[in-house]
Amino acid sequence: MTILALDWGFIIEKLIMIAIVVFASLGIALYTTFGERKVAAILQDRPGPSRAGPFGLLQPLADGLKLIMKEEIIPNAASKWLFILGPGLAMTASLMTCAVIPWGSAVDVFGRHVELQIADVNIGILYVFAVVSMGVYGIMIGGWASNNKFSLMSALRAASQAISYELAMGLALIALLMTTGSLSLKTIVEQQVQGHWWNVVYQPLGFLIFFITAMAECNRTPFDLPEAENELNFGYHQEYSSMKLGFYLFAEYINMIMSSAIMACMYFGGYDLPFFNEASVAPNVAALIGLGTLLIKIVLFIFLFMWIRWTIPRFRYDQLMGLGWKTLIPLALFNMLLTGAVILAKL
Amino acid sequence: MSTIEILFYALSAFAVISAAMVLISKNPIHSVLWLILVFFAISGHYILLNAQFLAIVNIIVYAGAIMVLFLFVIMLMNVKTDNEPQKKLLTKFIGVLSGGSLLTLLIALVKQTVQLQGKEVMMKEGTIGLIHPLGKALFSDYVVPFEISSVLFLSAMVGAVIIGKK
Repeated sequence: MTILALDWGFIIEKLIMIAIVVFASLGIALYTTFGERKVAAILQDRPGPSRAGPFGLLQPLADGLKLIMKEEIIPNAASKWLFILGPGLAMTASLMTCAVIPWGSAVDVFGRHVELQIADVNIGILYVFAVVSMGVYGIMIGGWASNNKFSLMSALRAASQAISYELAMGLALIALLMTTGSLSLKTIVEQQVQGHWWNVVYQPLGFLIFFITAMAECNRTPFDLPEAENELNFGYHQEYSSMKLGFYLFAEYINMIMSSAIMACMYFGGYDLPFFNEASVAPNVAALIGLGTLLIKIVLFIFLFMWIRWTIPRFRYDQLMGLGWKTLIPLALFNMLLTGAVILAKL
Repeated sequence: MSTIEILFYALSAFAVISAAMVLISKNPIHSVLWLILVFFAISGHYILLNAQFLAIVNIIVYAGAIMVLFLFVIMLMNVKTDNEPQKKLLTKFIGVLSGGSLLTLLIALVKQTVQLQGKEVMMKEGTIGLIHPLGKALFSDYVVPFEISSVLFLSAMVGAVIIGKK
């Protein structure tokens, strides 16, 4: 089946996989909002959403319906196209990360050998990095197009926060790359499956820095200054309503899922189930177990994100910048130097 | 036409149209956004040439960092279409003329270059654009120029910090 010298089976396989991953991310994000409210409720000793459906399980659907049914307002003075483009870009950038995440080892479906990863490019981590740096456009464009000074100020805050923390994130990643010697996420995960230890053992400081910067890149409390409601009203999405607002809020949750997945893959073995020999079961079963393991790791990370959000109060802006530039970047540089020295000593 | 040719022409059209829109748009913010699209199209070309590293670094550095700074400056200056200074017709005419002659000169130069004549572009092959061969080449064959350029970056950074402190 070759038209235009293309393997159409391959393209269909990839399209199906993209559809599954995107819809699964959206579904998980939907229930992450529910999880967030439940975790907040438990931490604050109250029941949380409990009326819609058993245990309030239908609450996210009701929330989504409410957002869709709300009146859509585009301010008169806003620049219309950019106002619409903003939330779309935020959503696109957060979904694009999933292209390089290895969700499991390969499975055999109807005689086809299917890798559970959309694209195994040999620049996987740099791709993630590029997508992260794209994420700031959605916020900046949305904030500027609203033609509201609070939105603009918040957008500028968000952009400077993202740029500042990207640096420390990149430096933490370089130290990891020095130990793995590969930029492909699949290779990094496979090394951890074959090897004895997960990368977090070799890079504890690097993981800590990456975790903090990931939290800042997702605009999660204690780094949620872009939407500081008590000084900037509601931040960059103040003028947004209906599903456009929903897109911004949703993009934050998808970002959280994707960064959890990236952290699980890079530092916590990805789809590797510890003390379990994958070769002892059929490849398909092993792949499914791996997928389940990765999902559990992602959920644990998301819970950690939420736990921190409902425990620690927000930083002041100068504290945020001080932490980014004066603590994290020197620490990341030190970590890089240390890793280099250890590698050199081992040679 | 093969797939690569179709991709090449689509990307080229995309790049040229976006580049034209950078000039045509009256609103500077729109210009910056079109310029970002140009960078994406060029990265697509790099991928066709199998230079993945170059493609992604182009996006990280140009689309991800430099254009954000552009947006920052334009947003803070709050440039509007109506208070943008309009050039005189004569100035515009001279600008078009000089730009056009520069373009003609460059095209003529590229066409006459002996090294490029009769050569074909390597599409989707060659490994020098991949990260391992590129790193090896940079740190063995070109290590001195590489280190010198890093010193240049360092001095630029130190200079920026010193100017910023004043």
